[in-house]
Amino acid sequence: MKKIEAIIKPFKLEEVKDALHELGIEGMTVSEVKGFGRQKGHTEIYRGSEYTVDFLPKIKIELVVADGALEGAVGAIVKTAKTGKIGDGKVFILPVENAIRIRTDETGDKAV
Amino acid sequence: MDDSKSWHGGCCITITAPKGTLQHNTNPMIKKTTSMVRMLAAVASLALLGAVTSTLHADTNAPAAAAAAPTPYPANTNAFTAATLTNQVAFLEAAHSNSDPTPTGITYESDPGHNAWMMVSAAFVLMMTLPGLALFYGGLVRSKNILSIIAMCFGITCLVSLLWWAFGYSLVFGTNFTPSTGPTTLGYIFGGTEFFFFKGITSVPNNNYAFWVSQNVYAIFQLTFAIITPALIFGATAERMKFSAIMAFVLGWMLIVYFPLAHMVWGATGLMNGVWNAAAKIPAIDFAGGTVVHMSSGWTALILCLILGKRIGHGKEPMPPHSLVLTFIGTALLWVGWYGFNAGSAVAADVVAANAFTTTTLATAIGALTWPLLEWIFKGKPSVLGFCSGAVAGLVVITPACGFVNTTGAVIIGVVAGVIPFIMCTVVKNIFKYDDALDTFGVHGIGGTCGALLTGILVDPSVNSNLQAVSAGTPANAAMQNGLITAITNHSLVIAQAKAAGITIVMAVVGTLILGFIVKLVIGLRPSVEAEHQGLDITDHGEEGYNH
Repeated sequence: MKKIEAIIKPFKLEEVKDALHELGIEGMTVSEVKGFGRQKGHTEIYRGSEYTVDFLPKIKIELVVADGALEGAVGAIVKTAKTGKIGDGKVFILPVENAIRIRTDETGDKAV
Repeated sequence: MDDSKSWHGGCCITITAPKGTLQHNTNPMIKKTTSMVRMLAAVASLALLGAVTSTLHADTNAPAAAAAAPTPYPANTNAFTAATLTNQVAFLEAAHSNSDPTPTGITYESDPGHNAWMMVSAAFVLMMTLPGLALFYGGLVRSKNILSIIAMCFGITCLVSLLWWAFGYSLVFGTNFTPSTGPTTLGYIFGGTEFFFFKGITSVPNNNYAFWVSQNVYAIFQLTFAIITPALIFGATAERMKFSAIMAFVLGWMLIVYFPLAHMVWGATGLMNGVWNAAAKIPAIDFAGGTVVHMSSGWTALILCLILGKRIGHGKEPMPPHSLVLTFIGTALLWVGWYGFNAGSAVAADVVAANAFTTTTLATAIGALTWPLLEWIFKGKPSVLGFCSGAVAGLVVITPACGFVNTTGAVIIGVVAGVIPFIMCTVVKNIFKYDDALDTFGVHGIGGTCGALLTGILVDPSVNSNLQAVSAGTPANAAMQNGLITAITNHSLVIAQAKAAGITIVMAVVGTLILGFIVKLVIGLRPSVEAEHQGLDITDHGEEGYNH
């Protein structure tokens, strides 16, 4: 099992979700996050006060997949989230020791 | 305020044809005239029944009205004489034109039309504070301090209402500190004691300020001005002044700054009331509160924010407005409410109110156009906060002028309102680095000062008969006796305006220095560093504006 953490542009969420759904992936966790990378922030002006906003809003998708599904899922995310411009985000892949479905006590691949 | 109380001499309709002659005339044209006089008599008597006899005191000087029970025309026409009918029509005409009905000798309490407009105006001006100013300021602070702004506005509304009832109204609009022997220093600065605890304030008008508006309505209308003025101050001190310190400061400030200043400018015996006090030392004019409301609060705000010091992290960490949507809603409520403030300051639904209504709209729209236009040119983008700031600046600068200038003057004022406060808030404040958090000084202090001076330059006597000399043969009005009309004619009114502005600044600055340090010594002005970090909503009020 592997965990995929993807930071993407907010407006790409629907496309990414649909692409993963087509692969048969049934669940994910989505958060609104803020952060910065190489993409620059912007300036906000309120009367005489100017502020540089470094942290930009992004979407973080977290999902855990069986090892066999990893390549397809990552490929779908990278393909659909790409605009080719700076700030498209990143995908991180982490090993997962185990998973448990609370309702049924199932473990491992059956639980994800 | 009182300075707009319109007075139109020679307003009476005079019916000259005696009935006896007309009855014997066979000329058909004259017959037509006769029936018109009868119809007029019937209409007048019905109107009087509604306006005087049925709802108000019995009219002992108008027997025809009492006799004119609703018997069908023409059965009772003999009850009228030309003299009583003339008197009654003159009375109604006086209400219509907002002039003095006392020469008719008819007893009355008020006029429903003028009273209705003034009650609406008073409610509008209260709406400027609750919720207008609370939302305008509230949106500009960080979300952890939104409730501290609302509590400030609400607390001041209630505290000032109590003060106003107890002695505020009397100290501003009473007159018994000025004996019949002539003006005194005390009488120039404070009104009197006769209305303490609203004693004698009923629906009967106080003719010093309005012929047709009930004094209880007038007192509440003026209360709403006394409420918003101190509330404006605490935009400059936002996010870092304890609630208890705000309330203590307001208590003293009303006594030593607002009440005397309002009396000096608007009281019938005030030092600087050029329109209504024949003995005014400085014949200045201030229609709706450039000096009394905006300069006093704005200059106080500057001194208080200097005494208080900057917010923790000011200039180092971002302090952006937490909701410009709230600020926009507040601005829109202020604009609408300001019609009560400015047009209502005519204290009548009359021609002066109509002019103030018009000039207020133009100056505000043009101020709100100019400010974001300058942002567009110098900063690259026109902002919603720029629209809001320009609108409020336009409203502030037109306030002292709205009933005294024409539409050209209003447009000039709108442009100035968009330029000068813009420079204050975006350039000057950054040079001197004082923390006028929500720009009370930049918009109200400087805007009010611009308005007071521009009123002296752009004044147009043709829009307000109070600024005109009365015709020869009638007693001289106050503006002729105290030199106001001479000053307008000589184009030197701006000197009187500058003197009034100077006195206002001195009173605001000195009063604030005294009170600011007293409150600082006794209970302290600022919350603890930890409380300021946490936000005043939790530390001063034990609640949060947003729970989600």
